[in-house]
Amino acid sequence: MRREPRQRGMSCFPGCRTLLRTTLEVLTVPIAQRPPAPARTPQPLTFTLNGRQATFMVEPVATLLDLLRERAELPGTKKGCDRGQCGACTVLVNGRRTLSCLALALAHAGDEIVTVEGLDDDGRLHPVQRAFIEHDAFQCGYCTPGQIMSAVALIAEGRARTDDEIREAMSGNICRCGAYPNIVAAIAAARDAS
Amino acid sequence: MRAFDFVVADSPAAARALLREVPGSRFYAGGTTLVDLMKADVERPGRVVDISRLPLTAIERSGEVVRIGALARNSDVAYDPLIATNFPVVAQALLSGASGQIRNSATIGGNLLQRTRCSYFRETRWRCNKREPGSGCDALEGFNRGHAVLGTSEACIATYPGDLAVALTALGAHVVVEGERGERTIALVDFYLLPGDRPEHETTLAYGELITAIELRVEPLHVRSHYLKVRDRASYEFALVSVACALRIDGGRIAAARLALGGVATVPWRAYAAEESLTGAEAGDAAYRVAAERALDGARTREHNAFKVELARRAIVRALRATAGSAA
Repeated sequence: MRREPRQRGMSCFPGCRTLLRTTLEVLTVPIAQRPPAPARTPQPLTFTLNGRQATFMVEPVATLLDLLRERAELPGTKKGCDRGQCGACTVLVNGRRTLSCLALALAHAGDEIVTVEGLDDDGRLHPVQRAFIEHDAFQCGYCTPGQIMSAVALIAEGRARTDDEIREAMSGNICRCGAYPNIVAAIAAARDAS
Repeated sequence: MRAFDFVVADSPAAARALLREVPGSRFYAGGTTLVDLMKADVERPGRVVDISRLPLTAIERSGEVVRIGALARNSDVAYDPLIATNFPVVAQALLSGASGQIRNSATIGGNLLQRTRCSYFRETRWRCNKREPGSGCDALEGFNRGHAVLGTSEACIATYPGDLAVALTALGAHVVVEGERGERTIALVDFYLLPGDRPEHETTLAYGELITAIELRVEPLHVRSHYLKVRDRASYEFALVSVACALRIDGGRIAAARLALGGVATVPWRAYAAEESLTGAEAGDAAYRVAAERALDGARTREHNAFKVELARRAIVRALRATAGSAA
């Protein structure tokens, strides 16, 4: 099922909550230690999220991953290691597969972001999603959204020509259940069908 | 992560000015090293200056020089025909590094400044002279399997982790830097500083200087080049040993050689003595073995990393064989 990203204005509830939290944090810090610059407070950020324009109030410390999961309420993108080592947080940024855990959200103004929630075509699963089901390319499923986003971009890159190429190009997506053989088969099948 | 200001720069000059306004600021290009180390509390910038939108992404040839904009992404550089054709060792080094996702974000300029993977540097509870000057080094008597055997000091044995800079060092690349007094160009071999007793100083960059480009010379020697990376798994791993080399062979004799090592030294390591031993020698294993010995002269091992010396020697022989055998 498709979940529409909710459109958020600057005066909406989560933004207020963040401002309140930030204000409370500032008030509990001794005056001498207070940061001098106002730029640490949330700033407006507008980008295209799964085909629709979205605006959020974002603190500088927020990664793109945290923004997607916590503010945009799109939990399909997973937080695995949160340190750029597992690939569970892979999303498309302007069509390129990217780790959302190592990206500061505010650096993505105006970008086109696609998450696993944005892959389907009016409720019909993306060919790579269908191939993952048909080839039983997952067990627990936690790495699967990242695997699928990475595979979608890889097929688009045209560098999934052989099984070896797929294995090498997918090495940034770890699967602790060890579903690798079926993941390779699913990607090869989706490539052949596209 | 600790709190910080986030500001976006619209020109290189503005980026440098925004950086200088707040001591301890950092440029943000791809974010792949910086955000990781901010989460580890190793990097604690008061301000992050976003330079990712600056127009420094072009890869252009002018005469015999190819100039790569500092904000070109690793993947774009690796697949650029100008790079893949003229500098195979650079394309191979880039594609051997990190993952598809990280290569799409990481920039060439930022990659040069990638910090060490030394676990004593990355974990703030240990002593580290690079992270906290003068605090000591827990790697010396710690688990140092991944650490350097060349260019070390009593203050630091952290390995330079990257692949790109090793390839660029072999080919004599230059870094173009913009600063207060305009532009300056630095040979990559002079860009990185040995740790000595000040391991916190890793490059000759001054605070507020911005890398704008990398320059490489087009020449036949650079076409016959190769990157060999040896690691604990086949992909998505840092080098235990890596070898970047280029050869020009005339009538069975080596007319010119370039050799640099990664994974074994505190900086990208240009093996000049090995290059000298190869020059004029008959191409073949005998010469490669001599070069491999020369390249590891002066290696100083610790409890867990002595294996790197023999591993590096064998990798050098294998890389030179592959280079001599490659069509050029």
